[in-house]
Amino acid sequence: MSKEWPLWEVFIRGQHGMSHRHVGSIHAADAEHAVKNARDVYTRRNEGVSIWVVEAEKITASSPSDKGPLYDPARDKVYRHPTFYDIPDEVGKM
Amino acid sequence: MVDALFEFLLRQGDNALVLGHRMSEWCGVAPALEEDIALANTALDLIGQTQLWLGYAAEVEDAGRSANDLAFRREVYDFKNLLMLEVPNEDFGRTLMRQFLFDAFQVPWLTALQASSDQRVADIAAKSLKEALCHLDRSQETVVALGDGTQESNARMKDALDFLWPYVGEMFADDAVDQAIAEAGVAPLPSTLREAHRATVKAAFRAAALTLPEGDFAHKGGRTGFRHTEHLGHMLATMQILQRSYPGATW
Repeated sequence: MSKEWPLWEVFIRGQHGMSHRHVGSIHAADAEHAVKNARDVYTRRNEGVSIWVVEAEKITASSPSDKGPLYDPARDKVYRHPTFYDIPDEVGKM
Repeated sequence: MVDALFEFLLRQGDNALVLGHRMSEWCGVAPALEEDIALANTALDLIGQTQLWLGYAAEVEDAGRSANDLAFRREVYDFKNLLMLEVPNEDFGRTLMRQFLFDAFQVPWLTALQASSDQRVADIAAKSLKEALCHLDRSQETVVALGDGTQESNARMKDALDFLWPYVGEMFADDAVDQAIAEAGVAPLPSTLREAHRATVKAAFRAAALTLPEGDFAHKGGRTGFRHTEHLGHMLATMQILQRSYPGATW
């Protein structure tokens, strides 16, 4: 068994932020401990109003070597952007 | 009453100052980076509370002294903190056990002070309580994790508890100052919080595989200033060196 605490990725929702943003990682023994550590390490300067933590090894990521096949096909499909619509001002931020 | 209020405020401020300094001694040497920052945050919270309590104490005394003068230019026997808060940190376990025993008192104490007849006291208590709740949350969790952890961590927490328990009773030992303060409606008698404290620590110790020690012998003399341990003088020598060497120095 490793003597190191597992690694957790930390996501913080800022005062006026709309969604949680990845801010970094911390070590902690369990999920509750991770929230407390995240609070102490990443919200000291009043950065946030909500914290998510997720164990780093639980994250499944795409492989950088698949970049071509995964993303290139979307390059020439500009019609997928909603820029061809007129959006009324009162809709606000999309 | 002014004398009693000044004394009362010194006791609050000195508790926060002495524990805050002890916690700050972990800065840079805690067992994990995350704990290092958490301990430093706690220390800063406590030193912030010190500024409020001693700032008000200085106003009440009205003798031209500031919060800084009270913190850095008083002698050992003028300090009115609990003895438990001045003994050395020893190890991480004992540091957190002491923090927990203190937090379990501070939370109900500051909660009660919010209803103080003295508005300044009520305001300081309300601000400090938010910090104390976070401290209690963390110290309690750590005491349970270490107590219910490995054989070694359990043994260390048991040693810490055996060492610190004889200092707990001082928190609840009422004296004439407490009586005067209670009669004025500034604060309840500390002894009235004993049961709430006992319930908190008992529940945590059950989860931490620790046993509440028997006996109610209590070392006393810190909060009255009658007799401090040998450790406070050494601590103050470090804490006060700058103002002692260069009185009135500012930057």
